[in-house]
Amino acid sequence: MAAVESARPQAAKLRWGELEEDDAGDLDFLLPPRVVEGPDENGIKKTTEYRFDEDGNKVKVTTTTRVRKLGKARVSKKAKERRNWAKFGDAVHEDVGSRLTMVSTEEILLERPRAPGTKEEPSVSEGLGPVQPGAVLMVCRTCGKKGDHWTSKCPYKDLAQPPETFVERPSTADAASAAPGGAGRSAYVPPSMRGGGERTGTEMSRRRNDENSVRVTNLSEDTREPDLLELFRTFGPVSRVYVAIDQKTGMSRGFGFVNFVHREDAERAINKLNGYGYDNLILRVEWATPRPN
Amino acid sequence: MRPILMKGHERPLTFLKYNREGDLLFSCAKDHTPTVWFADDGERLGTYRGHNGAVWCCDVSRDSTRLVTGSADQSVKLWDVQTGTQLYTFNFNSPARSVDFSVGDKLVVITTDPFMGNPSTIQVKRIARDPADQTSDSVLTIKGPQGRINRAVWGPLNKTIISAGEDSIIRIWDAETGNLLKETDKESGHQKTISSLCMSADKSHFLTGSADKSAKLWDSRSLTLLKTYQMDRPVNAVAISPLLDHVVIGGGQEAVNVTMTDRRAGKFEAKFYHKILQDEIGGVKGHFGPINALAFNPDGRSFSSGGEDGYVRLHHFDPEYFSIRM
Repeated sequence: MAAVESARPQAAKLRWGELEEDDAGDLDFLLPPRVVEGPDENGIKKTTEYRFDEDGNKVKVTTTTRVRKLGKARVSKKAKERRNWAKFGDAVHEDVGSRLTMVSTEEILLERPRAPGTKEEPSVSEGLGPVQPGAVLMVCRTCGKKGDHWTSKCPYKDLAQPPETFVERPSTADAASAAPGGAGRSAYVPPSMRGGGERTGTEMSRRRNDENSVRVTNLSEDTREPDLLELFRTFGPVSRVYVAIDQKTGMSRGFGFVNFVHREDAERAINKLNGYGYDNLILRVEWATPRPN
Repeated sequence: MRPILMKGHERPLTFLKYNREGDLLFSCAKDHTPTVWFADDGERLGTYRGHNGAVWCCDVSRDSTRLVTGSADQSVKLWDVQTGTQLYTFNFNSPARSVDFSVGDKLVVITTDPFMGNPSTIQVKRIARDPADQTSDSVLTIKGPQGRINRAVWGPLNKTIISAGEDSIIRIWDAETGNLLKETDKESGHQKTISSLCMSADKSHFLTGSADKSAKLWDSRSLTLLKTYQMDRPVNAVAISPLLDHVVIGGGQEAVNVTMTDRRAGKFEAKFYHKILQDEIGGVKGHFGPINALAFNPDGRSFSSGGEDGYVRLHHFDPEYFSIRM
């Protein structure tokens, strides 16, 4: 490492007009002598030299080198003599700044092999495979298989649905034995009759709202209420949103609740947004309470 | 440890050799110019100019005054180590592959490749004390093995010559008569070309490395197979530690993987194995290309590796190396 500073030559004693170009070499007496600060306890050696550069500026060159002892060697007499041999062949014109030999900047270790049974690199399993950054994970709600196909393209469309995934009430794909006509399904209940309907005023509506509550999990850290509102309002009027915030860090704890005014909006939201990729995470959207049937 | 990188060669390295005292390291490469370095800090001392072809192998006399090099330019040259002057040239009619001084440095065994109808040969030449008296006469010439002989060395007490090569059979020849004394059989021996051979410090056993991804340890007198070390890549270079019960094996790359490997990453490693337990001790990474040459310093405290990337990496072991327990 070299630090270079330059300053106008102090020609106090000499009249610069009287100096000629090629007298520059004689000005060496103007330069302070070279100072070598020997290797200190860290092995750092600093050499401070002064010289004139091409433009006649006085230049201070500080070279900092680390002198590092690599090891002790018991050297035979012959070996010591060989140390003083003259360079020959292509090495004759080598100067000290030659970059042929250098110490590695990296520390290289003799890496011991991992004993069998200890932790290996966790291999990607479950058939997920490496997910490209930026790609959306395809989730199929019918069979629950991730990364393979979307719900509409599900090859297992008519198989029994896993119990967790929401079943759209008016139209379901039940067990294969179910007749396509609709026999065996519960009788149609008009919206006004479902869950009691809006019989009374706000008190009821508040209660309805709590039953229309949707829990959203696997939110990213910076998701806040306005984000959820924005996301869910497309399905219908939302009465309340809440995102759990860690008071200490101010970041989302990863889950929140959205209360819809209308239940069917909540249903649609759950169907559409469960498995939806939002801010690099896959949302899990479900009923907040044990699923009312 | 902090390896010292020496980039004196523009072409891949072929061979590395320390002198007896361990203060000089000789490197041979495909760039025609063997080089000598100081083995403690890697500073270059000089180069030996004169060859016109890749230099495959070298050996240095015990007093470090004479260097012999074998080259693809069909010659073996004798050099003065200190000044770099050529003392003598042995000419052949095919590329010279391997050279080895005998104990006492009076004889040198040289192998030549099969070339233009000439079969591969093992030749023994006498080295005179005074270069002026040097003649080209062969003391002994052995013809026989099919395929290239990659390495031929003197056996214990100069009584035998051990050769190994492309036909994957190791042969022991009588050094005076040239008769074949022993050879390995196909089942216990290597299955593919033997690329490298290294004698132990006392010459009682030796290690061979082969393209069949294994290295095998043999007894020098009886040619019995003692140990086998399994690698995951073809072996290009082997070395036995003179101090501890370790061997180091350096390899190349499966041809299949050439296009898939990230060569910039410095991932090629020299693998250390326990000589007796055959277990892998560890690997030292850093080369950007397959490792072609390995050598231990005779004091066992450092080793160097030469790669296809043209670099020689000189490693001084950390104190932890000497207390490795298996």
